[in-house]
Parts: sequence; structure tokens; C-alpha cells
Amino acid sequence: MAEPVLAVRELSKRYGSQEALAGIDLEVGAGQLVGLLGPNGAGKSTLTKIACGLVRPSGGGVEVLGEPAGSPQARAALGYLAELFRFPGWCTAEELLRFHQRLVGSAGGEAERRELLELVDLSAAAGKRIEAMSKGMQQRLGVAQALIGSPRLLLLDEPTSALDPVGRRIVRELLEELRRRDVAVLLNSHLLSEVELICDHVAIIARGKLVKAGTPEGLAGPGAVEVETGSGVRSFDGAGREDAPRIVAELVAAGESVYRVEVRHSSLEDVYLEAVGGETG
Amino acid sequence: MSGSRLRSVAAVVGLSVQEGIRRRVFLAVLILTAGFLALYGLGAHFAFNDVDEFAAGEPKILDAHAFTGATMFGMAMFATLFLGAVLAVFLTLGVVRGDAESGLLQPIVVRPIGRTTMLIARFAGAAALSAAYVIAVYLLAAAITKATGDWSPDHLLGPALALALGVAIIAALSLLASTVLSVTAQGIVVLMVFGAGLTAGLLAQIGNAIDSDSLHTIGRVASWTLPFEGLYSAGLHALISGTSGLTGVILQLGPFGGSEAAGPEMIVWSFAYLVGVLALASFAFSRRDL
Repeated sequence: MAEPVLAVRELSKRYGSQEALAGIDLEVGAGQLVGLLGPNGAGKSTLTKIACGLVRPSGGGVEVLGEPAGSPQARAALGYLAELFRFPGWCTAEELLRFHQRLVGSAGGEAERRELLELVDLSAAAGKRIEAMSKGMQQRLGVAQALIGSPRLLLLDEPTSALDPVGRRIVRELLEELRRRDVAVLLNSHLLSEVELICDHVAIIARGKLVKAGTPEGLAGPGAVEVETGSGVRSFDGAGREDAPRIVAELVAAGESVYRVEVRHSSLEDVYLEAVGGETG
Repeated sequence: MSGSRLRSVAAVVGLSVQEGIRRRVFLAVLILTAGFLALYGLGAHFAFNDVDEFAAGEPKILDAHAFTGATMFGMAMFATLFLGAVLAVFLTLGVVRGDAESGLLQPIVVRPIGRTTMLIARFAGAAALSAAYVIAVYLLAAAITKATGDWSPDHLLGPALALALGVAIIAALSLLASTVLSVTAQGIVVLMVFGAGLTAGLLAQIGNAIDSDSLHTIGRVASWTLPFEGLYSAGLHALISGTSGLTGVILQLGPFGGSEAAGPEMIVWSFAYLVGVLALASFAFSRRDL
């Protein structure tokens, strides 16, 4: 198996007596889009911050392309957008991207800046001062900033929290494009529908522990087969699509009239709520 | 330092300078400094005129002209250090904790530049601007003193460099404070430390005047603990180190802080102190979760 772009091993973090992370294991491979879910305070942002070297772990470790998180080599390989960020308000979008190009040592020049602004639909705002931009525009600019220097790993902490539906769609399409370019993405989000829609893999964290992980389809799994008969609606929990003909045949054989059959899947939301036990931060 | 790190340092310094220009910080500083220098020129003009009239025909026990020149220029030097200190503090305000709390710092330090280089870059920008500022204001004040009263300090360049090193130390102390204190607390603490240093210098001066060893010792300890004070005292002393007789003695007791000669050891100590403070700031920053 190819070396993961991001490897989290037995990661733990304590803030005084409070345990933010308690032995998390997670991998993100090239071209993989992993969604990190969990209630507020579950440790998602802490994990992301450790991965980009902003926070020091208390135990375990994180590697980016085999290099320890926080090392210059690891930092050179990643792009990051924090949940709470601010750019100098007096700067224009163009100037901000140029500044980050200099920090990264990117030789992309004007072509890279133009392409990134185009990707986040901010071409028309290239010369606009950041303080004159809406929060949504700033967030899209933040995504463009994180992509300077073509990073192999993108760490996005709630990148769509301030975006309207159009903005969300732009970021979603951008993430799909990044997947095609083999970029590994760790997406920290509260928007389950968004994660379900674009992520290849989902990890659910609660109270600092990884409580569930897998593909969105795998996690959701079969839910139930619901059948409307002459005597009312009957639900066959745990049954899937392949069980429907047998259930209908048995009901008909038992003298029931069948009017409607529906195969229900448990949604990611159901899985999430079950995994976090209704916890909210 | 590698080429890429140098480019990163230049980028961070450039951003700070650009911000100063766009936010009109430098324009405001220039206008206020022009106001201060104009006021100083007016004051020096009348002071020299009045003292020349007053001293005419008197026996020459005290060189009133030199006394006036040194006193006026000593005041200008005090004001220059104060303005330079304020500039150094404001240019380093919130560099670590303040910017981290507002979310400005994180997008920068996750870049390969790293924390220490970022800190050094912010120091280099603030120290260079503050040092250039105090040297320029000092030299302009010297030119005004020469033009209005035909008086020049005994040493011109040494005190200017002492002031420049002094404000660089204040910038470094401010950066260190920014690693642990909030923006408001940082500004208050550094300006109070600055005030305490100068007060200790005045105590030493009083100690000299009344021949109190204790007060003099306090001043000496303060000079070495907060070398910007020692450098200022040395700069003041260098202004009039060639003036002898009663004029020289009285000038040593001038009203703008204790003037005390300092050897090369003070310069060496100041540089070592600067490096030590920056190393401590870098260590504190590296341990900080952002």
C-alpha cells in the first residue's frame, strides 16, 4: 500500500486536566477526501492543528508524507485553512496570494494567482481589499490561499461555515477537482450532507476518541424494508434491498395485500447521532 | 540563513512596512514628528536668544550658551528615545498572542517559514524602522540646534547609535512580552518597564548629586538590567563629554536622566542582552499552542 499522505498514530492531547484527544488513529491517502465529524469540542480542530504544527501533541504522533508534523518539510507539503482566521484587511486578494507565494517559495507567479482566484470564483475581486469582502468571499479566498504552492495535503477546518449555497457548491466542485489532482484532503465539517456528498471516507470523533470510521455508504448501511399492507405499515429492520422480494412473497403467501414497498437506508445523520450519543458541544 | 528563509523574512518585513504605509501609520508619525521638531526649533531659537541676552556682560564662570545647547539637545534626545520606544512597542504590538487570538498568525506560521524566523522577521522590521526613526529625528534635532544656536554635541554619531540600539532592545522586550501577554497588557507592561528604566536613571543622577551610594547602585543595576537606560545615559554623557569646568559638572546633572559614561562592555552586554531576549521570546513562542 502506498504511504499515506497524512498518518495519525495514537494521537493524544491534554490541555491541563482536560483530555482533547485520546489515542486517535487515522490515515488520509493521496486523492482521498476524508471528512472529520464530531460535536463541538470533540477534538477535530485540535487534530487538524496538530497536523499542521500549530499545537504540540501530548502523545503519539502525526506524519505528513513521512515527515513529523510541524517540521519544515511537513509544513511545505500542506495547505491549511483555520476555522477562525483573519487576513490583513488592508491587503487585496492578489497581494495576499502573492505574500503567501513568497512564504511558500512558489514559482507559480501571476498564472497561479489567477488560476486560484478563478477556482474560487474571485477573479473579479482580485484587486479588492479584504476588509471590503463579505465573510463568504474571505472564506473562499482562504481556500485559495491554502492551495498556494500546490500542496499534497489540504487541511480544511469548517471551510464552508460562512458560505451561501452557491459558495458551498464552488468549494465542493473545487474539492472534487483536487481529488482528481491526487491531493489528500482532511475536511473538518459540521455539515453532514456535504460530507456525505463528497467524502470518500468519514471519521467520527466524540470526546477525543474515534468512534466510527468508514465510507459514507458503508457507515450508513441497510436500514429497513417498509411494507404497506392491508393491515397497516410494517417495518422489517435490518433488511436490505435484496430482502424485499422474499419479504413481499412471504406476506402475499400469508394472505396480505401489498400496496407499497420501500427500502430505507439509515442516513449518515442517523449513524452520527448514534455514534456521538446525542452529544453537542 | 538559507535563501528561502531570507525571502520569507523579506516577505514578512515587507508586509509590515506595507501595512504601515497603507494604514497611514508612517504618515501620522511623520506629521507628529514634524510638529515636534518645529516646536523644538522654536524653543531652541528663543532659548538661545534669551540666554545670550541674559549672559551678556556676566563673568564667564558658566558657559551659558553651551549649557543651553546641551540642555535643549538633551531634552530632544529624551523625547526622541520616548517617541522611538512608543514606535517600537506599537510596531510589535500583539505579534504573537494578539495575532494568534485574532487568527492572523496561523496562516503564516503553518508555512515553511516557521516560528523563529517569523519572530526574527517581525523584530527585524520593527527594530530597523524604530532605529532609523530615532537616528533621523536625532540628527534633525542636532541640525536644528546647530542652526538656531550654533551648538553641536561633543560626539554626534555615538549617541545616535546608542539610541538606535536602545529602541531595538525595547522592540525585543516588547516581542517577548507579546508571547505571553494580551495586546493591552503588553503595551502597558513594556511602556511601564521603559518608564521604570528611565526613573532608575534619574535616581542614579540624584544619587550622584547628593553623593548617595545606594541610589547610585540602584541606577547602575537598572542600567545593566534594562540596557536601553544604560545606553541612553551613555549617549547623554557623550553629548557633553568634552565640556569641562563648572559647565561640564552642571551638565552632568542635567534634567533628562543620569548621564553616565559607559565603556565598550555596555555595548557588548546590550547586544548579548538583545540576543538573549530574542532567544527567550523564540523559546516561549515555540512552546505555545496556537
